[in-house]
Amino acid sequence: MTPEEKKKLNQRNWALAGVLLAFVVLVFVVTLVKLGANVANRPL
Amino acid sequence: MTGQVAAFGAEGARGSLAGPSDYLALLKPRVMSLVVFTALAAMIVAPGALHPVLAITALICIAVGAGAAGALNQWYDADIDAIMTRTRTRPVASGKIGRQEALEFGATLAAFSVFAMAFLVGYVPAILLAATIAFYVFVYTMWLKRSTVQNIVIGGAAGALPPVIGWAAVSGAAFDPLPWLLFLIIFLWTPPHFWALALAGSEDYARAKVPMLPVVKGSRTTRNQIVVYTILLAASAVTPYALGFTGLIYAATAAIGSAAFLALSVALWLAPVDRERVAALRVFAFSIFYLFALFTALAAEKLIGLAPAEPTVTKAEQVVKQRLPGAPPASNW
Repeated sequence: MTPEEKKKLNQRNWALAGVLLAFVVLVFVVTLVKLGANVANRPL
Repeated sequence: MTGQVAAFGAEGARGSLAGPSDYLALLKPRVMSLVVFTALAAMIVAPGALHPVLAITALICIAVGAGAAGALNQWYDADIDAIMTRTRTRPVASGKIGRQEALEFGATLAAFSVFAMAFLVGYVPAILLAATIAFYVFVYTMWLKRSTVQNIVIGGAAGALPPVIGWAAVSGAAFDPLPWLLFLIIFLWTPPHFWALALAGSEDYARAKVPMLPVVKGSRTTRNQIVVYTILLAASAVTPYALGFTGLIYAATAAIGSAAFLALSVALWLAPVDRERVAALRVFAFSIFYLFALFTALAAEKLIGLAPAEPTVTKAEQVVKQRLPGAPPASNW
């Protein structure tokens, strides 16, 4: 693999990591929104 | 040309020089922006309330779904994209991204967007999103595009569905009349928009053997059809106001915009052959502005509180009730 190809591969990997992280955050926030006030009211 | 054909057949990302921007280009971001915008406008005017986080999630799913359809289109059409001047720099056609890779990328994103829509937003918008992607890929790209002069007319249904998806994401309803009127507007807008572009670059389509109207029927027929569809578009654009779904801001935008669109179409119809390309590009450019203006007016009217209060209880319903006693309410159509 040439240095340019390695650089592009790194860029793709970081972009993919960013997208996956964004998706995890999105699912987490949507879960909070859907649970709403029930998060605070759940039995401990 | 031979080199390009060989290039887009090359597989394997490991030694690829494709960067994140090439993958973004694979999603056809300009098409995506129009799709997202029309869906957003429909979400704003739809009855009901959707949490902003869920609304943004729905828009992301629509954007990714549209992008996936674009990637699958580039996978299938790499051979003709490489021939046409307008499309030969696309990532697959230019060989930056392999065909197999584009197929896997597009199919993964398509599945991802539909499942995310189903589990995070709702099943009705998810089914509509899946239908839209399937129609664009299987019906338009794989079947109609290379086989009939009506390719973009029928295929336009895929591009017209996003307002229905956006509406369904908020209201949960798939068969309210207003989103289908918006569908009709985009459906009738598609032929003059694409035929104007095809007139300006008909040699491109002829070389690629894509049976666009100017290639198959010639310039005169295409210009006639553009005028006919623009008249139908103008009629459909004012219908939401005539049926009581929208207010005066939308009505004025639709009336003035449609008059200008029709004037440009007639100018193209009258243009001498040597001025045809310029006149066609004017129609094409204005058509984009027209659609943005129409949907901006629709959304703005609702946001500033000048839209009719009950978008689903309309003059149309009253007319039906008067004519058909016992007819169901409009919201159940």
